[in-house]
Amino acid sequence: MSNPAFRLKPQLCASTWRMPNLTWKAGLILLAALAISLQWATLFAQEAVPARASALEVLWQWIPYILEGFALNLGMSFGAMAIATVAGIFLGLGQLSRLRVISWPSRFVTHILRNSPWLVILFMVMYLVPFEIRLPGFGKVGLPDWIKATFAFSLPVLANISEILRGAVNSIPKGQWDSAESLAFTRRQILWEIILPQCFKRMIPAWMNWYALLALATPMASILGVRDVVGNTQAAMEAAGARPDLLAPFYLFVMGLFFLYIYPISIWTRKLERKYAIAN
Amino acid sequence: MPSQTETRAPIVSLRDVRQSFGAFEVLNGISLDIHKGEAICIVGPSGSGKSTLIRCINGLNPINSGSIKVDGIEVNDPKLDKRALRRRVGMVFQQYNLFPHKTVLQNVMMAPIRVLKEDRREVEARARDLIAKVKLQGKENAYPGELSGGQQQRVAIARSLAMRPEVMLFDEVTAALDPETVKGVLNTIRDLASEGMTCILVTHEMGFAREVADHIYFTDRGLIVEHGEPQDFFENPQDPRTREFLSQVL
Repeated sequence: MSNPAFRLKPQLCASTWRMPNLTWKAGLILLAALAISLQWATLFAQEAVPARASALEVLWQWIPYILEGFALNLGMSFGAMAIATVAGIFLGLGQLSRLRVISWPSRFVTHILRNSPWLVILFMVMYLVPFEIRLPGFGKVGLPDWIKATFAFSLPVLANISEILRGAVNSIPKGQWDSAESLAFTRRQILWEIILPQCFKRMIPAWMNWYALLALATPMASILGVRDVVGNTQAAMEAAGARPDLLAPFYLFVMGLFFLYIYPISIWTRKLERKYAIAN
Repeated sequence: MPSQTETRAPIVSLRDVRQSFGAFEVLNGISLDIHKGEAICIVGPSGSGKSTLIRCINGLNPINSGSIKVDGIEVNDPKLDKRALRRRVGMVFQQYNLFPHKTVLQNVMMAPIRVLKEDRREVEARARDLIAKVKLQGKENAYPGELSGGQQQRVAIARSLAMRPEVMLFDEVTAALDPETVKGVLNTIRDLASEGMTCILVTHEMGFAREVADHIYFTDRGLIVEHGEPQDFFENPQDPRTREFLSQVL
């Protein structure tokens, strides 16, 4: 606990990923720039090799397949966030436990996972978790790579949610505990009915930030062969003849997809942050 | 014999209570008795241990030695279920400490329903009466953040009273208030004391202490230096420290 990095308040954690002055207008300009560069990259490539189908035509043809991959990214992000939220809350509560047998391991796990590179966690889960497991009553159940990747992505995020929860609980004035204790509530009641309801609101902006980070990290799964948006994009380019002029438009398209999805979340997060900063 | 001693026994009784934070002695052997229906005020300079003392009575602060008895319960017993004690002792704080995510009515109703497991409709009727008693009719559905400090403090009093305590503790409850809202809070406490609620107040409001208290205790450096009935205490203080304090605050 001596490392000051572990004492980051949730507000500070939230600032680890933040763009200055996010607005819809700026978003549109950025998106337009992306579209123009996509166009430009395509035209440039066309001039070079005029005989074949243009890169844009190839891209158009493969868009459904790429979107299919993107759906898997969304699925992995939802699944990982669900696991991370539930497990992170319990791990955070574990950190706050008065029993050392609970609080020490909780802190240990939190800090190990918070301070590991996501890619390393991903590799470890991919290679250490078997591709099928034996469930009593079901026999052998296959574990597809995307499920293992989802689990891997949830680990660093759950550790950060654990830390956000701990910070939020500690940021509630001590007087709340005093008055609740004076009214003869149990510690569990105080935590669940008085302290945590006040924390959840404060945690939402930071929680959304981590979701955005998580969603942006999901293409790492493609490194391990998951057919996500990047995996499918690469497969599509391969199938279209591995032409170098396809690289720019295809990857720019993937960037645009993530941008369209994440940017509104960032704006919304900022709005909530401002709103709660005023409310508190 | 037992019945006789029972009727005369104080409801709150402190004997040689000591507490220290490290080498710093906060309470240096405090003894006092409060009988049912009495209102007492504890006054004294800042840092003299008044707030620590009052927080020991419902077990919010531990004590190192001595004995605190409340309604027959030994507070310093390590095996004590503090919740049994706290059901009988209400406490109001300087910073009100209302639950900000609950309405006024919910703040008042929460503990009787969740702690005492009482019937919701019964509790609601009682809560509405209490809110009327502290003169906040119409604010039942307001959130604490929408109320003035004085109004919040009155809600805090109603919230404590909803538990039907035997004793009420008031820890500098007007110290954080805007001057124009102090009066309403003091009126509420005055009504309570005159209805026979046992009240222990830590306060800086000397005029109020003189008017309301049956007995006044003056603390300095963790000791009760002097105590007496209000008239004696204010008009004929014996100890030089009391005199000096009173000359500064009156």
